[in-house]
Amino acid sequence: MASQTPEPIVSIVGLDKIYQGGFHALKSVDLEIFRGEIFALLGPNGAGKTTLIGIVCGLVRATGGTVIADGHDIARDYRAARAKIGLVPQELSTDMFETVWHTVNFSRGLFGKPRDHALVEQILRDLSLWDKRHSKIAGLSGGMKRRVLIAKALSHEPTILFLDEPTAGVDVELRRDMWDMVRRLRERGVTIILTTHYIEEAEEMADRIGVIDGGKIILIDEKHALMERLGRTRVTVGLAAPLDTLPPELADEGLALTEDGASLVLTLTGEGDGAAGAADLIKRLFAAGIDFRSVDTARSSLEEIFVGLVEKQA
Amino acid sequence: MNFHAVRAIYAFELGRTLRTLFQSLAAPVISTSLYFIVFGSAIGSRMETIDNVSYGAFIVPGLIMLALLTESVSNASFGIYLPRFTGTIYELLSAPVSAFEALMGYVGAAATKSVILGLIILATARLFVPIEIVHPFWAAAFLILISISFSLFGFILGLWADGFEKLQVVPIMIITPLTFLGGTFYSIKMLPPTWQTVTMFNPIVYLVNGFRWSFYGQSDVGVGLSLSMIVAFMALWVAIIAWIFKTGWRLRT
Repeated sequence: MASQTPEPIVSIVGLDKIYQGGFHALKSVDLEIFRGEIFALLGPNGAGKTTLIGIVCGLVRATGGTVIADGHDIARDYRAARAKIGLVPQELSTDMFETVWHTVNFSRGLFGKPRDHALVEQILRDLSLWDKRHSKIAGLSGGMKRRVLIAKALSHEPTILFLDEPTAGVDVELRRDMWDMVRRLRERGVTIILTTHYIEEAEEMADRIGVIDGGKIILIDEKHALMERLGRTRVTVGLAAPLDTLPPELADEGLALTEDGASLVLTLTGEGDGAAGAADLIKRLFAAGIDFRSVDTARSSLEEIFVGLVEKQA
Repeated sequence: MNFHAVRAIYAFELGRTLRTLFQSLAAPVISTSLYFIVFGSAIGSRMETIDNVSYGAFIVPGLIMLALLTESVSNASFGIYLPRFTGTIYELLSAPVSAFEALMGYVGAAATKSVILGLIILATARLFVPIEIVHPFWAAAFLILISISFSLFGFILGLWADGFEKLQVVPIMIITPLTFLGGTFYSIKMLPPTWQTVTMFNPIVYLVNGFRWSFYGQSDVGVGLSLSMIVAFMALWVAIIAWIFKTGWRLRT
């Protein structure tokens, strides 16, 4: 992200949603999405991710609060707001008997844009769908159907794109392709908000990460800052001979002897890869005359951070 | 006004008709032809004229109305129910489309289909009986207004239904019986006085008779009353649809 003050493109203030049955899905959610960023919204099932996206996109009615999308209130100025937003839903909901070409052109018209066959062709080519343009959607694979949904969402040239679980059910290769596509979209200035169960996806792509649980945003931060703040690196040294106690010259905050005395474990905070910490520890082991047979470093993933946060909430 | 959206929905819905041409157009034409063979030829040849109109010609407006009402309701209800069923409704709900524009697209397409169907049935009927339309302007007006009115009703049905069975129930269990009992195949003057009174509570009577008046210049009920009934129907359906879109009933959670 650029160092200058980022400009919000989506501003959510005090958003509340209570469903008819009384389920409180969103509890006074405040959230700002910055122009041009990739924002990943993480949360366990039922946390409120899809409700939040649904409200911004017009599928769900908010009980309270306001949402401004690219300068337009989604309730008072819904036409202008919705014209700026594209949505790729979680479910593979498509008109099975339509051709790819027709369904994408239909979407463009629905969002109030005049026909532009050159643009639709470009979108289909970018998504490797051009060769399938005359195919009926029913005959496409799950991954291809997902691409069709993305093409439909992009057909009206939105500035904000919501991807609700974009790579669910997509094989690894296609997932990588989609990540590349999302990055290309960001380069073109499209702001992307994605929800995902694949933490790897958020770790790979997102600039900022928000965690929602129980209808509340429990954390929002830049990915690197988050990893720096909550990430841990463990350096495990397998000793040649077990120790009974930790020698005094090694007594240090963050260094511990395992119960069986066979290994030393150094825990470092921050996003670093632990190489420097490991090198320092090895020097100290040599100085203390302690022989060892292995050194292993492991960095905590975003997934571990996420699970830790959610468990803490529970 | 989002004209591009109206055009997109309208073209999409008519495109669906082309894909299901047999089901949409050929099937009603075949069933209407069967009615002519059974009622017009087999029974009609043994019946006297009604108000100086041969029985075969007398039933033409009623038969067109029968197809018009059932097909308007079916087409419009299916048009909006299908995206709800498949989940593609998300796109309409997230698009900058007003309720009125969505209605113009869906109901416009369903009504267009019904009008085309009515004209095809009329052309088919001319193969069986000679027909002259006394008030062609009013015939066209009735055809279009009734198609729109019952497509609006079908739209409501499509929003209300939570299964394919319910989509079928109204046209089969309500519209068809009311049309049969609404003077499609007979003049209500032929009924005993008590049943004539009961029949007047059937709203379809006014539609069939208004349309028949435009063909032969005679009707069991006043043409003004027929037109008023159509306008009243339209106003009622539009009010219900406006409420649905305002509250998001069956559309937005």
